[in-house]
Amino acid sequence: MPSLVIVDSGSANLNSIYKALQIVSLQSVISDNPPVIASADAVIFPGVGSFEYAAALLERKGLSEVLLEVIAAGKPFLGICLGMQLLFSSSTESSSLTGNSSGLNVVHGLVKRFPCNLHVPHVGWNQVNLCFDHPLFDGLSDGAYFYFTHSYYAQPDLESHTLALTEYGFPFTSATVVNSLCGVQFHPEKSGPAGLRLLSNFGKIIADL
Amino acid sequence: MLAKRIIPCLDVRDGRVVKGTRFVNLKDAGDPVEMAGFYNREGADELVFLDITASVEGRRAIVEVIRKTAEAVFIPLTVGGGIDSVDFMQELLQCGADKVSLNTAVLKNPELIRSGAERFGSQCIVAAIDACRVELPSPNASQRWEVYSHGGRLATGRDVIEWAAEVEQLGAGEILLTSMDADGTLDGYDNALLAAVADAVRIPVIASGGAGTLEHLYEALTIGKAHAVLAASILHYGTYSIAAIKDYLAAKGLPVRPVIS
Repeated sequence: MPSLVIVDSGSANLNSIYKALQIVSLQSVISDNPPVIASADAVIFPGVGSFEYAAALLERKGLSEVLLEVIAAGKPFLGICLGMQLLFSSSTESSSLTGNSSGLNVVHGLVKRFPCNLHVPHVGWNQVNLCFDHPLFDGLSDGAYFYFTHSYYAQPDLESHTLALTEYGFPFTSATVVNSLCGVQFHPEKSGPAGLRLLSNFGKIIADL
Repeated sequence: MLAKRIIPCLDVRDGRVVKGTRFVNLKDAGDPVEMAGFYNREGADELVFLDITASVEGRRAIVEVIRKTAEAVFIPLTVGGGIDSVDFMQELLQCGADKVSLNTAVLKNPELIRSGAERFGSQCIVAAIDACRVELPSPNASQRWEVYSHGGRLATGRDVIEWAAEVEQLGAGEILLTSMDADGTLDGYDNALLAAVADAVRIPVIASGGAGTLEHLYEALTIGKAHAVLAASILHYGTYSIAAIKDYLAAKGLPVRPVIS
């Protein structure tokens, strides 16, 4: 069985993802150990909280390099919530008044705060509308509801990197894809049957390697 | 479209679900983990557990309830009741809660909201406010509400609208607003209270207290401007199923997540 590692970046409810994967018969290992992550066949990269704090923690734990390695090797990779945002070039979520916080820059684009005319955080179940077919959404209806909770959204420079859009005041990128790399802004592990189906689909992508 | 959320509330005492009227006369309503599973299958959008146990042993019980629920139920779980430290928040979040609801402790120490939000993010922090109507000095005076603490037992002297704005400033991600006047009456939410708070903040407001009919839920989400409705009695005693609630709201034109998705 291919090995699946959940990256422990120090800022997420990893147990929920672990248990949800178990329900769809996917065994995984939670780790923050770079050699373990490097040897994985596939990686799930969750995260919640502040972009700047999480990015600094990735550096300190020596995880940035190994994540870039895994992605460059073309292994199936799924970023969730802040884990998706950290794949982008930079975020305006920064304590510095002049600069942005840097991300892993594997998806070119910027992470920005929702405008203040909207209720922030964007929290609750919202519809995910696919821009093109992808095995991650196999068997899920276009416009299926997933659970979101976030104050920032990621905007890829290239339109082709937007896999799905969600409407919150305007359409924002709720799923991104670049080669074998996927990211979702919502929480599949908290999205009931639809979320479990998405995780199961990720398992199929791994098994089909 | 962002869906309006239907959130069953499980008041838990010593590991059992109970339900009262106006915060007293508690009756047994079931096993929390079983009920969580049931509501998840029925299509609940989220679950709230409020621990109303006073004892320290009871506190351990809620940790176990959350742990067991989180292993089987993959929708957001909020837990509240007696949370008075960042360490206890962390323990609950680690065992599977997605959000913590803070009430009495933050009235004594509002900075606890800020500490929690900085450590875990605003999306984890729900500020629960128990509101009671203030008797008007004259018929023309505008309505005010006072914040109560300790499960609705102590008046704090704080104004609900001012306190709502303050918890938002401190970093709360949502407000769970309970009308003590309406709680358990089945006479409808206090929509004037809901709208007054919703107009004063830019974070989502969850309406609580008073749901008796489908129309009441609709009114809280429209007149009351709430993003979500919390309900207990009408669900626990089987008056309405989640599916019936969602069908009704959808027919009235509100966005809801279909029960089978």
